[in-house]
Amino acid sequence: MADLLNQALAEGSILVRAQASNWKQALELAGSALERSHRTTNEYTKAMVAAFEELGPYMVIAPGIALAHARPSEAVLSTGLSLVTLSESIPFGNTANDPVTLVIGLCAVDHDSHIELMAALSELLMDVMKVNMLLQAENVEQVRTLLR
Amino acid sequence: MKIIAVCGMGIGTSVLLKMNAEKVLGMLGIQATVQAADIAKAKVEGPTADIILTTPELVYQLEKMPGKIIAIDHVFDLVEIREKLTAALS
Repeated sequence: MADLLNQALAEGSILVRAQASNWKQALELAGSALERSHRTTNEYTKAMVAAFEELGPYMVIAPGIALAHARPSEAVLSTGLSLVTLSESIPFGNTANDPVTLVIGLCAVDHDSHIELMAALSELLMDVMKVNMLLQAENVEQVRTLLR
Repeated sequence: MKIIAVCGMGIGTSVLLKMNAEKVLGMLGIQATVQAADIAKAKVEGPTADIILTTPELVYQLEKMPGKIIAIDHVFDLVEIREKLTAALS
Protein backbone atom coordinates (compact mmCIF):
# COMPACT_ATOMS: atom_id res chain seq x y z
CA MET A 1 0.00 0.00 0.00
CA ALA A 2 2.68 2.46 1.03
CA ASP A 3 4.68 1.78 -2.14
CA LEU A 4 1.86 3.40 -4.03
CA LEU A 5 2.69 6.70 -2.35
CA ASN A 6 6.38 6.59 -3.21
CA GLN A 7 5.49 5.71 -6.80
CA ALA A 8 2.95 8.49 -7.01
CA LEU A 9 5.59 10.91 -5.73
CA ALA A 10 7.87 10.99 -8.79
CA GLU A 11 11.38 12.41 -8.62
CA GLY A 12 11.26 16.13 -7.92
CA SER A 13 7.81 16.02 -6.33
CA ILE A 14 8.87 16.34 -2.68
CA LEU A 15 9.88 19.64 -1.11
CA VAL A 16 11.01 19.70 2.48
CA ARG A 17 10.75 22.69 4.80
CA ALA A 18 9.94 25.06 1.99
CA GLN A 19 9.17 28.71 2.54
CA ALA A 20 5.95 30.37 1.51
CA SER A 21 4.45 33.59 2.76
CA ASN A 22 0.81 33.01 1.80
CA TRP A 23 -1.61 30.32 0.62
CA LYS A 24 -1.04 31.14 -3.03
CA GLN A 25 2.71 30.61 -2.81
CA ALA A 26 2.12 27.39 -0.87
CA LEU A 27 -0.21 26.07 -3.59
CA GLU A 28 2.26 27.14 -6.27
CA LEU A 29 5.00 25.17 -4.53
CA ALA A 30 2.84 22.05 -4.65
CA GLY A 31 1.94 22.81 -8.28
CA SER A 32 5.51 23.43 -9.39
CA ALA A 33 6.54 20.16 -7.72
CA LEU A 34 3.94 18.36 -9.88
CA GLU A 35 5.30 20.17 -12.94
CA ARG A 36 8.91 19.35 -12.07
CA SER A 37 8.05 15.68 -11.74
CA HIS A 38 6.36 15.78 -15.17
CA ARG A 39 2.86 15.09 -13.88
CA THR A 40 1.29 18.33 -15.00
CA THR A 41 1.83 21.49 -17.01
CA ASN A 42 1.77 24.98 -15.55
CA GLU A 43 -1.91 25.26 -16.54
CA TYR A 44 -2.75 22.82 -13.76
CA THR A 45 -1.01 24.95 -11.15
CA LYS A 46 -3.01 27.93 -12.35
CA ALA A 47 -6.19 25.85 -12.17
CA MET A 48 -5.44 24.90 -8.55
CA VAL A 49 -5.04 28.53 -7.58
CA ALA A 50 -8.21 29.44 -9.48
CA ALA A 51 -10.11 26.62 -7.74
CA PHE A 52 -9.02 27.94 -4.38
CA GLU A 53 -10.08 31.45 -5.29
CA GLU A 54 -13.44 30.22 -6.55
CA LEU A 55 -14.36 27.69 -3.88
CA GLY A 56 -12.47 28.90 -0.86
CA PRO A 57 -10.22 27.09 1.56
CA TYR A 58 -12.15 23.82 1.60
CA MET A 59 -8.97 22.11 0.41
CA VAL A 60 -7.69 22.27 3.99
CA ILE A 61 -9.09 18.87 4.82
CA ALA A 62 -7.64 18.21 8.26
CA PRO A 63 -5.70 20.17 10.89
CA GLY A 64 -2.60 21.56 9.18
CA ILE A 65 -3.12 19.65 5.92
CA ALA A 66 -4.13 21.08 2.53
CA LEU A 67 -4.95 18.86 -0.45
CA ALA A 68 -4.19 21.05 -3.44
CA HIS A 69 -5.85 19.91 -6.64
CA ALA A 70 -7.89 20.87 -9.67
CA ARG A 71 -10.10 18.98 -12.08
CA PRO A 72 -8.79 16.26 -14.38
CA SER A 73 -7.87 18.02 -17.64
CA GLU A 74 -5.37 18.08 -20.49
CA ALA A 75 -2.98 19.81 -18.10
CA VAL A 76 -2.59 16.46 -16.29
CA LEU A 77 0.04 14.27 -17.96
CA SER A 78 -0.25 11.41 -15.48
CA THR A 79 -1.84 10.78 -12.09
CA GLY A 80 0.39 11.59 -9.15
CA LEU A 81 1.15 13.50 -6.00
CA SER A 82 3.49 16.14 -4.69
CA LEU A 83 4.33 16.70 -1.05
CA VAL A 84 5.48 20.00 0.44
CA THR A 85 6.32 20.58 4.08
CA LEU A 86 6.48 24.23 5.07
CA SER A 87 9.13 25.64 7.39
CA GLU A 88 6.51 27.99 8.80
CA SER A 89 2.81 27.31 8.83
CA ILE A 90 0.52 29.48 6.72
CA PRO A 91 -3.09 30.50 7.37
CA PHE A 92 -5.33 29.44 4.46
CA GLY A 93 -8.51 30.97 5.87
CA ASN A 94 -10.00 27.66 7.02
CA THR A 95 -11.55 28.16 10.44
CA ALA A 96 -11.34 24.58 11.64
CA ASN A 97 -7.99 23.47 10.30
CA ASP A 98 -5.62 26.44 9.95
CA PRO A 99 -2.67 26.95 9.86
CA VAL A 100 -1.26 24.69 7.14
CA THR A 101 2.15 23.03 7.34
CA LEU A 102 1.69 20.16 4.90
CA VAL A 103 0.50 20.65 1.33
CA ILE A 104 -0.24 17.58 -0.76
CA GLY A 105 -0.62 18.27 -4.49
CA LEU A 106 -2.88 15.84 -6.32
CA CYS A 107 -3.49 15.44 -10.04
CA ALA A 108 -5.59 12.74 -11.66
CA VAL A 109 -6.26 11.92 -15.29
CA ASP A 110 -9.87 11.01 -14.53
CA HIS A 111 -12.30 10.63 -11.63
CA ASP A 112 -11.76 6.94 -10.90
CA SER A 113 -8.29 5.58 -11.57
CA HIS A 114 -6.64 7.12 -8.50
CA ILE A 115 -8.93 5.60 -5.87
CA GLU A 116 -6.35 3.13 -4.50
CA LEU A 117 -3.86 5.94 -4.27
CA MET A 118 -6.37 7.99 -2.29
CA ALA A 119 -6.87 5.08 0.09
CA ALA A 120 -3.12 4.94 0.69
CA LEU A 121 -2.99 8.70 1.14
CA SER A 122 -5.90 8.59 3.55
CA GLU A 123 -4.20 5.91 5.61
CA LEU A 124 -1.05 8.03 5.81
CA LEU A 125 -2.76 11.28 6.70
CA MET A 126 -4.90 9.62 9.37
CA ASP A 127 -1.76 8.62 11.18
CA VAL A 128 -1.08 11.73 13.25
CA MET A 129 2.24 10.47 14.51
CA LYS A 130 3.48 9.78 11.01
CA VAL A 131 2.32 13.17 9.79
CA ASN A 132 4.25 14.79 12.66
CA MET A 133 7.34 12.83 11.67
CA LEU A 134 6.90 13.94 8.06
CA LEU A 135 6.84 17.54 9.23
CA GLN A 136 10.07 16.96 11.15
CA ALA A 137 11.83 15.37 8.17
CA GLU A 138 14.93 17.24 7.09
CA ASN A 139 15.36 15.84 3.61
CA VAL A 140 13.58 14.00 0.82
CA GLU A 141 15.12 10.65 1.73
CA GLN A 142 13.67 10.83 5.24
CA VAL A 143 10.25 11.57 3.76
CA ARG A 144 10.52 8.61 1.40
CA THR A 145 11.56 6.30 4.24
CA LEU A 146 8.52 7.37 6.24
CA LEU A 147 6.26 6.61 3.31
CA ARG A 148 7.66 3.14 2.78
CA MET B 1 -30.01 4.92 1.36
CA LYS B 2 -28.12 7.15 -1.02
CA ILE B 3 -25.32 9.38 0.16
CA ILE B 4 -23.21 11.70 -1.96
CA ALA B 5 -19.84 13.06 -0.89
CA VAL B 6 -19.24 16.41 -2.54
CA CYS B 7 -16.17 18.56 -3.13
CA GLY B 8 -15.28 21.23 -5.62
CA MET B 9 -13.41 19.00 -8.05
CA GLY B 10 -14.70 15.52 -7.36
CA ILE B 11 -11.27 13.89 -7.15
CA GLY B 12 -9.81 14.79 -3.76
CA THR B 13 -11.85 15.65 -0.73
CA SER B 14 -14.98 13.92 -1.96
CA VAL B 15 -13.11 10.67 -2.56
CA LEU B 16 -11.62 10.79 0.94
CA LEU B 17 -15.03 11.61 2.42
CA LYS B 18 -16.60 8.71 0.54
CA MET B 19 -13.99 6.22 1.74
CA ASN B 20 -14.21 7.32 5.35
CA ALA B 21 -18.00 7.49 5.32
CA GLU B 22 -18.05 3.92 3.99
CA LYS B 23 -15.83 2.83 6.88
CA VAL B 24 -18.17 4.47 9.39
CA LEU B 25 -21.31 3.06 7.74
CA GLY B 26 -19.71 -0.39 7.84
CA MET B 27 -18.99 0.00 11.55
CA LEU B 28 -22.57 1.13 12.18
CA GLY B 29 -23.96 -1.69 10.05
CA ILE B 30 -25.85 0.71 7.79
CA GLN B 31 -26.50 -0.21 4.17
CA ALA B 32 -25.92 2.73 1.87
CA THR B 33 -24.32 3.63 -1.43
CA VAL B 34 -21.88 6.50 -1.29
CA GLN B 35 -20.93 8.38 -4.45
CA ALA B 36 -18.17 10.97 -4.82
CA ALA B 37 -19.20 14.02 -6.82
CA ASP B 38 -18.08 17.48 -7.82
CA ILE B 39 -20.48 20.40 -7.45
CA ALA B 40 -21.86 19.98 -10.97
CA LYS B 41 -22.55 16.27 -10.49
CA ALA B 42 -23.98 17.01 -7.04
CA LYS B 43 -26.58 19.23 -8.63
CA VAL B 44 -27.70 16.23 -10.73
CA GLU B 45 -27.43 13.53 -8.06
CA GLY B 46 -28.26 15.72 -5.06
CA PRO B 47 -32.05 15.85 -5.39
CA THR B 48 -32.30 12.06 -4.93
CA ALA B 49 -29.71 11.79 -2.15
CA ASP B 50 -30.79 11.20 1.44
CA ILE B 51 -27.59 12.66 2.83
CA ILE B 52 -25.03 15.03 1.37
CA LEU B 53 -21.57 14.99 2.93
CA THR B 54 -19.32 17.93 2.22
CA THR B 55 -16.98 20.46 3.80
CA PRO B 56 -18.23 23.64 5.55
CA GLU B 57 -17.12 25.99 2.76
CA LEU B 58 -19.29 24.26 0.19
CA VAL B 59 -22.53 24.00 2.16
CA TYR B 60 -23.96 27.20 0.69
CA GLN B 61 -23.70 25.76 -2.83
CA LEU B 62 -25.87 22.77 -1.86
CA GLU B 63 -28.50 24.30 0.36
CA LYS B 64 -31.46 23.84 -1.92
CA MET B 65 -31.14 20.05 -1.88
CA PRO B 66 -33.85 18.06 -0.10
CA GLY B 67 -31.40 15.70 1.65
CA LYS B 68 -29.69 16.44 4.93
CA ILE B 69 -26.41 18.25 4.55
CA ILE B 70 -23.57 17.24 6.81
CA ALA B 71 -20.45 19.42 6.90
CA ILE B 72 -17.28 17.62 7.95
CA ASP B 73 -14.37 19.73 9.25
CA HIS B 74 -11.80 16.99 9.46
CA VAL B 75 -12.03 14.47 6.65
CA PHE B 76 -9.92 11.84 8.44
CA ASP B 77 -11.75 12.04 11.75
CA LEU B 78 -13.92 8.94 11.79
CA VAL B 79 -15.36 9.96 15.16
CA GLU B 80 -16.60 13.27 13.77
CA ILE B 81 -18.06 11.52 10.72
CA ARG B 82 -19.72 8.89 12.90
CA GLU B 83 -21.22 11.42 15.29
CA LYS B 84 -22.57 13.65 12.54
CA LEU B 85 -23.93 10.74 10.49
CA THR B 86 -25.58 9.20 13.55
CA ALA B 87 -27.19 12.52 14.44
CA ALA B 88 -28.48 12.97 10.88
CA LEU B 89 -29.94 9.46 10.81
CA SER B 90 -31.67 9.58 14.17
